[in-house]
Amino acid sequence: MSRKLVFAALAGLFVAAAALPADAQQRTLRIGTEGAYAPWNATDTAGKLVGFEIDLGNEICKRQNIQCEWVAQAFDGIIPALVARRFDAIMAGMSITERRLETIDFSQPYAGTPSIFAVLKTSPLAAAIGPAADRVPMGEDTPARKAALDKLSAALRGKTVGVQRATIQEGFLNDFMKGVVTTRLYDTNENLLLDINAGRVDAGFASYSYWLPATEKEAGRNIAIVGNGFSGGGFGRGVGVGVRKGDAATKKIFDDGLAELKKDGTVKALALKWFKFDATVD
Amino acid sequence: MLDFALMAEAFPAILAGTGTTLKLVAGALLCGFFLAVPTALAADSRSRILRGTAAGYVLFFRGTPLLVQIFLIYYGLGQFEAVRASIFWPILREPWWCALLALSLNTGAYTGEIVRGGLQSVPAGQIEAARAAGMSGLLLYRRIIAPIALRQALPAYSNEVVSMIKATALASTITIMEITGIARTFISQTFKPIEIFLVAGAIYLVLNFFAAQLLRALERHLSPHRRPI
Repeated sequence: MSRKLVFAALAGLFVAAAALPADAQQRTLRIGTEGAYAPWNATDTAGKLVGFEIDLGNEICKRQNIQCEWVAQAFDGIIPALVARRFDAIMAGMSITERRLETIDFSQPYAGTPSIFAVLKTSPLAAAIGPAADRVPMGEDTPARKAALDKLSAALRGKTVGVQRATIQEGFLNDFMKGVVTTRLYDTNENLLLDINAGRVDAGFASYSYWLPATEKEAGRNIAIVGNGFSGGGFGRGVGVGVRKGDAATKKIFDDGLAELKKDGTVKALALKWFKFDATVD
Repeated sequence: MLDFALMAEAFPAILAGTGTTLKLVAGALLCGFFLAVPTALAADSRSRILRGTAAGYVLFFRGTPLLVQIFLIYYGLGQFEAVRASIFWPILREPWWCALLALSLNTGAYTGEIVRGGLQSVPAGQIEAARAAGMSGLLLYRRIIAPIALRQALPAYSNEVVSMIKATALASTITIMEITGIARTFISQTFKPIEIFLVAGAIYLVLNFFAAQLLRALERHLSPHRRPI
């Protein structure tokens, strides 16, 4: 008797669950981020995720009337985690590159900054590489690109350069600095910054948008941003939202959301708030 | 479906990290053993100071995660200007030495307890017999106590060796390119963690298989009384 009742109750639940409209079940969109890449995405002292991308993602979800949930994930495993459906989108300062496009899709870009080297202010490299200079496009083999790379190679020959694992900057060192510098791979840029300060690496290579705010904080007050910035080519076409290959529905949510927020100036306002400069791209 | 071509491509690259892994393991086990013996003797000594020191050391390194110890030694010590100005900096500056130091201190604490257990398991009757035969001091240790204690401690110690081989994977978090470090870098370029970690896991499995066999053989060699006649 009671077994029948239990069965009936379970069957009822099952039917009720199946009867929910499909889109109501999917209303919670999970966004993966690193939480260790200020000011893009960081974890505050209370353990809460904060940053440019957190604000931007939340605003997109609000405008599109979608429940969003953030998931923190180490950067070097973030694409495998997306593919394994641990979340539905990546907002982690991830640039749209050909290499990544082989595995995942991206929304339209929402920000982009060049990659650039940083050294200790007291390091001889600060003078050898020179102050922060123009952006060099890496897309084509131009004389300007060759001159910039030659100058960099001459200054950095035999040095140790730190970079975050799985980033476009690691790709650049593999493609252009192999045999010239010794590369050390870090789990986060925060740890890389610690080791530049400790003098364990001679230089670090990361996005300008990471270095600039870092130099204004205690941890980065001894750091100088040096040399040419690099963009284009292997550095990709700016930072976009990563989605699973073929997941057109999620891609559309972010494409539409970003188009609207770019048009009304929200992306620019958030960029100015977090980066102190306009990092938006079209 | 598994990408077997990728696994075949990754295998030699990851295998190249085995040397670094084994060097870390061998170095840590050797240094750890030299820490363990005095720790075990101090833990059972009559001096309260020695007992307290050994107990504190064992408590700290068994009671905190190895990852935390590695981070404390590598990122923690490196932040102090005094450390960077000291004579130890040429060593502490290098990730490899920091990893070796952390692994050695960690295994030293565990092995210390294993050695202590081995020493305690030496039957009092055998020590008495040795004394009656006129042995004492170092001779008693060398001929009677140490061989028996070593033999008794081997099964527990083989556990420690196997867990040390696996623990070296944590060195990848401080930029060392051992098996796991190379595997993670491979994943960052291919986005295929299952294939790559299967290859890395298989290499650890084979290493541990041989380590266990080796220790088993040593145990058999030291236990002639247990061999079937």
